Amino acid sequence: MDVKPLSPLDLSIAACLVVALALLSRRFRLGLEKRLLIAALRTTIQLLLIGQVLRVLFDNSSLVFVVAISMVMLTVAGREVTARQQRRLPSFQGWLLGTSSMFVSSFSVAFIALAVIINNDPWFTPQYAIPLLGMLLGNTMNGIALSMDRMTETLWQQRQIVEQRLLLGETASQATAEIRAQAMRSGMIPIINSMAAAGLVSLPGMMTGQILGGSSPMDAVKYQILVMFLIAAGTGFGCITAIWMLSGRLFDERDRLCLDQLRT
Amino acid sequence: MNELQITDFTFQGKGPYNLAIAAGTVSGLQGASGAGKSLLLRAIADLDPHQGTARLGSMLCHEVPAQLWRKTVGMLPAESFWWHDTVGEHFHVPVQELEGNLFQLGFDAKVVEWQVSRMSTGEKQRLAVVRLLQNKPQALLLDEPTASLDKANIESVEKLLLNYGTEQQVPMLWVSHDPDQLERVADSLYFMESNGCLLQRS
Repeated sequence: MDVKPLSPLDLSIAACLVVALALLSRRFRLGLEKRLLIAALRTTIQLLLIGQVLRVLFDNSSLVFVVAISMVMLTVAGREVTARQQRRLPSFQGWLLGTSSMFVSSFSVAFIALAVIINNDPWFTPQYAIPLLGMLLGNTMNGIALSMDRMTETLWQQRQIVEQRLLLGETASQATAEIRAQAMRSGMIPIINSMAAAGLVSLPGMMTGQILGGSSPMDAVKYQILVMFLIAAGTGFGCITAIWMLSGRLFDERDRLCLDQLRT
Repeated sequence: MNELQITDFTFQGKGPYNLAIAAGTVSGLQGASGAGKSLLLRAIADLDPHQGTARLGSMLCHEVPAQLWRKTVGMLPAESFWWHDTVGEHFHVPVQELEGNLFQLGFDAKVVEWQVSRMSTGEKQRLAVVRLLQNKPQALLLDEPTASLDKANIESVEKLLLNYGTEQQVPMLWVSHDPDQLERVADSLYFMESNGCLLQRS
């Protein structure tokens, strides 16, 4: 069964719903209408553009193309992670930290999935590589951003306690053990929750898309399980990397807490 | 004998500072609020970056791991912080070894079961002294160790610290706003002017 194509008219009807909401927002002075419409416009343009890019990409299955697109996605994700921090490291360091953790969380895990588990010929077949990487980047980004934010925020609030512990002779890692564990938990809880609720409360987006696209439910489910595992593992490894790098940045070689470098 | 020697010490645009505190003696440090007394103590404890040398006997601050330096040169900050639920979780030596100090400050061994959240500022300040001494520091940096205590408790804390200093031959740098207290405890006196200049008083 092929997917039933949507006509521009079909999308216009959906768009009317958004416009109706905007009008309602205006009527009740909710102040949402401008942001809502701009976001709707952005989603339309960005997705249409990426659709064109993917169409070209799928026609020319070249490793260089796939790597180039992946790099753009990674860089943007790294920037996005940093931008979501309440207190962040200076621009280049912050970006490097965000990008490195996203690399660990998404690239390494996506590579294992493509080369070992799915094992297409060639392994970088763009129909698999790009959506998989995109999904990993998008989902692990949340967890990593949350855990980094939690880490810097808690360190900031508890800096006197941390310094008290340093004064009593603890190492930086002893003095921050609880804080790092909390940060790790904050990052992991969303994916743990969605694994626990999957199928009961929500039908995950990718699975829904595959079923709409005509796959058999069991195939779709198996892919969804794969993706959930990849996201969980990626988020976990990414959070560990991010927290480890942050700890290294926020303490100097004499285990002194250096929070002055954080920007708000 | 372990003398605490601070030579050409600069940090955050302040200094240079030079101090020498002989083993078993107390140097008082006075000065206006905001002059940088606490910052000097933090820098000596290696909690803030600094230039110059800090030496205790043959131990040089920058040559030993930061943890070892901070355990050896114990600093008591003006406000004490507690992170576990009960007092006992903050002690890493058996309570029998602490009993002597606890009794002197008017506590008994049951204090280890106390909830930190229910303690007064004064109780925290006195227990922070016991907590610091369990590391057996060989030099002490004290930032207003009796600021929130009543007269009887001030006396017992002073006595405990001075006894420890004499027994262990420990040099002490004692910050206080109370000239009478420094009169009682200090063998020599430093005064920090509001611009950060350090003067030695006889």
